[in-house]
Amino acid sequence: MCSYIVEKAKLFGSAKGPNGWMRIDTANVYYDHPFHAPLDHALGIDFINEADGGRERVAVELSAESARELVEKILAALANGEIEHGKAAHHAAAPVAAE
Amino acid sequence: MTYESMLAETVAIRGHKGDVGEAYYARPLGGGPWPGVVLIHHMPGWDWWIKEATRTLAHNGFATISPHLYFREGPGSPDDVGARVRAAGGVADEQVIGDVAGAMAFLRAQPYANGKVGLIGFCSGGRHTYLVACSLPGVDAAVDCWGGNVIVDDPKQLNAKRPVAPIDLTEKLACPLLGLFGNDDENPNRDQVNRTEARLKALGKPYEFHRYDGAGHAFFNAARPAYRPEQALDGWSKVFAFFHKHLAAPAAARAA
Repeated sequence: MCSYIVEKAKLFGSAKGPNGWMRIDTANVYYDHPFHAPLDHALGIDFINEADGGRERVAVELSAESARELVEKILAALANGEIEHGKAAHHAAAPVAAE
Repeated sequence: MTYESMLAETVAIRGHKGDVGEAYYARPLGGGPWPGVVLIHHMPGWDWWIKEATRTLAHNGFATISPHLYFREGPGSPDDVGARVRAAGGVADEQVIGDVAGAMAFLRAQPYANGKVGLIGFCSGGRHTYLVACSLPGVDAAVDCWGGNVIVDDPKQLNAKRPVAPIDLTEKLACPLLGLFGNDDENPNRDQVNRTEARLKALGKPYEFHRYDGAGHAFFNAARPAYRPEQALDGWSKVFAFFHKHLAAPAAARAA
């Protein structure tokens, strides 16, 4: 890594790391030399709990192409999932005839 | 049978504001006196390759110490500690200068020291080398390996931790400087390396720059895809020759 450029996303959610599940409130996103991935540059995402000091992280390193693919799939999963759960909510609202 | 030996271990040093931190120290055993080198680690942190580079210098006759510039972050694997430091915007130049001063003092305090101390840094460590060589007395030779941001083209990039572009301090450089760069590097890019050289030339500073084709950033680093063995071997040979030339004990001291 040779840059201090970091995009910070404020998040609500959880991540599972080597010590189990933890609440996360931030993703540090950066494009730089990776530590593990065999690439010259990689899109790095560190999921952390900044409010807790950010000492523990769940980290990924992706090629630029993979990162773009992931963005597409995230948006697709959200779109399809919201439709699907929308259908489920519609069915649940339908009255069930008494026996 | 020729016998060679070295000692490589973690030691404690006093750095900036007297804070006690860790450093990796490798030195030849027996013989001496030995010249000293402070190795300033790259931005990813105090990792396996940095310690390998420290041992490489010791193998070639230099008592070499690499202070852990991120020790104040607490324990953790080098990549986790490095990630925290990146997210915090790096470490302050003033703190690095203080930690390197502590490492230099450690080297000179050893009974087998020949009194000469050089600096070598990689990546952000190259920038730190340039900065320290322009800021501290007692540096006898400096090696800048692909240090980016010696030149800062966008003034908005200057901040409280890095308030000054090292290029603006070049007038105070008081020792010979060796610079090693890959021509495919984007930070520093070829134009920035050329402009740095022009500044050194304009000020009459003793320097030598070597640029390598087919190499980009971190081309010495055997732990990264950026590694270029042919260029790295040539670069290392230039480092050893430069340090042997400028860190040799004065003849009078040797004769005493």
